[in-house]
Amino acid sequence: MSLGEFLLVAVLAVPAFGALAVAAIPRDLPARVAGTVAAALTLVAALALAVDRSGTWTAYSATPPAVRPWHALDVAWVPGLDLRFHLGVDGISWPLVVLTALLTLLCCGYTCWRVPAGGSGRALVALLLVVEVGILGTFLALDLVLFFLFFEVVLLPMYAIIVGWGGDGTDPAAVAARRRAARKFALYTLFGSVLLLVGVYVVVAAAGTADIVALTGGTGLSRGTQLAAFTLLAVAFAVKSPLWPLHSWLPDAHTQAPTVGSVLLAGVLLKMGTYGLIRVAVGVAPEGARWAAPVLGVLAVAAILIGSLVCLAQTELKRLIAYSSVGHMGFVLLGIATLTATGIQAALIGNVAHGIITGLLFFLAGAIKDRAHTGALRELSGLRETAPRLSGLLAFAAVASLGLPGLAGFWGEAFAVVAAVEVGGTLWITLAVLAALGGALTAAYLLRLLRQVTHGRPSAAVAGLKPGLAGAELAAWAPLVLLALAVGLAPTLVLGVAEAPVTALVEVLR
Amino acid sequence: MSTTTLLGALLPVVPLVAGLVGLLLPPAARGAATDRDTARRAAIALGVAGAAGALVLAVALLVTLDGPAESSATWIRFGELTVTLGVRLDGAAALVAVAVAAVALAVQVYSVGYLRRGPHDDVDVDHRYPPYAAQISLFTAAMLLVVVSGDLIMLLVGWEVMGICSYLLIAHDRWLPQAPAAAQKAFLVTRVGDVGFLLGIALLGVSAGSFRIADVLAHDHGTGTLTAAGLLLLAGVAGKSAQFPLHTWLPDAMAGPTPISALIHAATMVAAGVYVLTRLWPLFAATPTALAVLGVMASVTVLLGALAATAQDDIKRVLAWSTVSQLGYMTGALAVGSPPAALFHLLTHAAFKALLFLAAGVVIHAVGTAAMSRMGGLRHSMPVTFWCTLIGLGALAGVPPLSGFWSKEGVLAAAEGAALHGDGPAPAWVGWLVWLAGLVGVAVTAWYATRLLLRTFFGAPRTPLTHPHDPPALLRWPGLALAVPAALLGLAGFPGWFATQLQSTTPSDAEGVSDLMPPDGLIHLTPTVLLPLALLLLGAGLAWAGWRRDTAADPAVALGPLRPVFARAFRLDDVQQALVVRPTTALGKAARVADERVVDGAVTGTGHGAGALGGGLATLHRAALPRAVAAVLAGALLIALAAALIGVMS
Repeated sequence: MSLGEFLLVAVLAVPAFGALAVAAIPRDLPARVAGTVAAALTLVAALALAVDRSGTWTAYSATPPAVRPWHALDVAWVPGLDLRFHLGVDGISWPLVVLTALLTLLCCGYTCWRVPAGGSGRALVALLLVVEVGILGTFLALDLVLFFLFFEVVLLPMYAIIVGWGGDGTDPAAVAARRRAARKFALYTLFGSVLLLVGVYVVVAAAGTADIVALTGGTGLSRGTQLAAFTLLAVAFAVKSPLWPLHSWLPDAHTQAPTVGSVLLAGVLLKMGTYGLIRVAVGVAPEGARWAAPVLGVLAVAAILIGSLVCLAQTELKRLIAYSSVGHMGFVLLGIATLTATGIQAALIGNVAHGIITGLLFFLAGAIKDRAHTGALRELSGLRETAPRLSGLLAFAAVASLGLPGLAGFWGEAFAVVAAVEVGGTLWITLAVLAALGGALTAAYLLRLLRQVTHGRPSAAVAGLKPGLAGAELAAWAPLVLLALAVGLAPTLVLGVAEAPVTALVEVLR
Repeated sequence: MSTTTLLGALLPVVPLVAGLVGLLLPPAARGAATDRDTARRAAIALGVAGAAGALVLAVALLVTLDGPAESSATWIRFGELTVTLGVRLDGAAALVAVAVAAVALAVQVYSVGYLRRGPHDDVDVDHRYPPYAAQISLFTAAMLLVVVSGDLIMLLVGWEVMGICSYLLIAHDRWLPQAPAAAQKAFLVTRVGDVGFLLGIALLGVSAGSFRIADVLAHDHGTGTLTAAGLLLLAGVAGKSAQFPLHTWLPDAMAGPTPISALIHAATMVAAGVYVLTRLWPLFAATPTALAVLGVMASVTVLLGALAATAQDDIKRVLAWSTVSQLGYMTGALAVGSPPAALFHLLTHAAFKALLFLAAGVVIHAVGTAAMSRMGGLRHSMPVTFWCTLIGLGALAGVPPLSGFWSKEGVLAAAEGAALHGDGPAPAWVGWLVWLAGLVGVAVTAWYATRLLLRTFFGAPRTPLTHPHDPPALLRWPGLALAVPAALLGLAGFPGWFATQLQSTTPSDAEGVSDLMPPDGLIHLTPTVLLPLALLLLGAGLAWAGWRRDTAADPAVALGPLRPVFARAFRLDDVQQALVVRPTTALGKAARVADERVVDGAVTGTGHGAGALGGGLATLHRAALPRAVAAVLAGALLIALAAALIGVMS
């Protein structure tokens, strides 16, 4: 077993065994710390995946595959059903793998300090680690069936997190609200999963293989199969991403989930959808993607505009941030819909940036709600008078989220617009103009948020706040703040590794 | 990388580092706003050091620069599009950089005195001095980035960071209820313009395959692309440089502390739009359509700003509207094809407008109000401030030999050339428009400048209880230092080193250089110079005559029924509110309702429907025994029948 194969296994095995260990340790705090250590080790393994990367050699063969993993592990799993345990990592998946490992670590660390009311801390940490296994597996799987399985692993633990630790209290109405939100999340995304399963088996049955490396490029699939497969897969991933109008599970789930749950949901769970769209839907059925691209583009821009407009009328802090994800993911999907190297690169960096920034925003929203005991914008005001640091961080995150050039959010959004201009033609130019207008609307609702929450005289809920921040909070937020700045100044941190695989992918799209 | 380009690259880095470090400083304890406070002292040191360092670098750059220089490296590649990280330096860039750094230094020093808790103040003005100083440093860094940037995306970074810094600084004053709204308006209005700016950059970058300015200028764009990109870029410029119809944010931005007004109005922010136009001049020189639009925009802006300035009572708002009007002169110079004239006016304006704001801040500090109706007679109690303001207003109105006279004369001469001789790339009617608007503007400017001077410094004091006096050294010296260029910078326009620097251009846009300005100087006196001088005398004389009749009354009463219209700037704010803000808000509300009722309603409806269907089926199955038996028997019968039928058929 080479180092690369070992690391691939470790990235999945460490959090899995970590979850088991956490569940086995009877005492609460040591269990949480053990879980955090497991998450930290996972991050180390994920980072180490980029060391000693190979996979470029195949580029010199006669017909290089469009997916050239740095490391791959391919063993028979269920020979009777011809299932293979095929993992691999390349420049498209690696940034997301690292982001997942990082956010899980931050969430586990945060849970060491504060456990949301509702359940035991160690159960929460164990569930977070199980979610991590599912997400990482999704990003690493190079076999369609395996991809589907990991895709599903995430669902139930997340359901449990929302039901167990979410909401704003213990009164029956709050309990019912979070149950309802969790049920909607589970059923809605399960509906997407059914389509994914059908799509996967359409592809597998037609091509006779489930190997993503072999399937990418759509060779061996007829046009009709590709159109059908792309439609099924795209709708499935659109639910997860989410793409308007399939988004309505998101605001409820994000609002009701506990802080760490929201961070993972917005930070990486949504990325399973966009990653799947790039790797599976577009990769396996490129002809279908070309056929459906205008529809996808129009829906993406609708998501940007409608998401921003709804945010302008939101009255609750977490719900506003949740809805902002609809708009931001709209930019990512617009980038994918252009099917150009520029657009897909923009989508990748947009994915990572959204994970960093919205993760930070949810952490901050959670901190504000924990302190002020309310998330209603009407009842929040004057935060900068009583808690200047928290208010400053919120301003930073909001400014990053509105896509200020120089911070991480800019690249994905600006270059999704540039990519649409690059495609040209009346439709795409119109989409570019509308998306750019959506950028202005994004600024409008985030500034409205800042004006209500940070400026003015302190409201009753805010007046009694202590100005200080806990060490655990700073430790959880500082990496995100630094990354938002670092990715903004040096986008090559994310895109440096992605350029080659994206070019290879776009070549098969031609 | 040569020494020159290294200096250029360091130029934004120095204040950036000062700003980022400054943001990490702890906010001072509330109420402890004295000089003994270490956080405040560190913030002052960082802020002043950052601006001073930038000034030293800018001067060094100006001295060492011996021709256009360029250096760049790849920043990131998006598909086939290259984004570079690099600097593009020429004489104009170096001069603007010096102006930016000098004004920033003056503002940093002045702020130390201005945002201090006085012995008699009962409010704590500045326990947030560290973030304030850091934001000024970031602001300076962003503007310097725009100045030296060699890439459109990099320029956009500086462009927008400047916007957010202005947002933060305008909202600084916590006791001013209108400050947060003004800040939000400033950012959003400019951001709307930036939608066009981004799209224009995208068009140019996609067309050229690179965002490097040199590549974009060298590439042969199609006429359609060029016109579209030019018009889109103008939207961004209109936002930043407060051109009609995106000028509405600038007067409201007065809610920021006065030093911030000086910074925004003089060398940064509003200057950025004009500067970027000169930077990308070859593209605009090739698109008469964009220039015509620019000319109309500039003419409207000149008159709108000047007329609105006549009826304001707030001293800062007079100055704010005068900035709008003066920016119109700069864009007007560009519309008639003379970037050097625009840059010359930009530089002199930077000096005299910064001077005017700093002096106005002193007056406001001394009198305790910004309303001119409560000032008057300050000439004797505040002689230094009086002379500073006099120089500033003289330069603003264009009194020879102060700086504004020469630079405005350059603009008017260029417009005259375009109107009478058809010089430059723009159509002759644009020349006429800009020229006439400029001439009318001269008279109106003289009128409101005279009014401001008389209302503030002459006549009898209208608030006798205060005892105004000239400011302490920290507030005095930045103004005095700025008075020198405000008075004398115009003379530098005569043939010589300065004029050569301003007219030096990078090789790739050599063909775009206007021949309106002879290469030997920015100033050429012709008999037509008497025209603006006569108008100047007319405007000033009318204001003086009106004031003479009743020294306590406002000369603005002469405006009669137009006064409220001018005071509210033709109610364009209301138009903006009615046409943009309210519809957008209403649309947001409608979108929210539709999203919750229709989109989500369909989902929950499906859920309820499925539940009801299941319930119905369950009820059917929960039948009493007789009916159940009957159903079972009926089923059995049906199956038997079917079996029998199938048996018979086969």
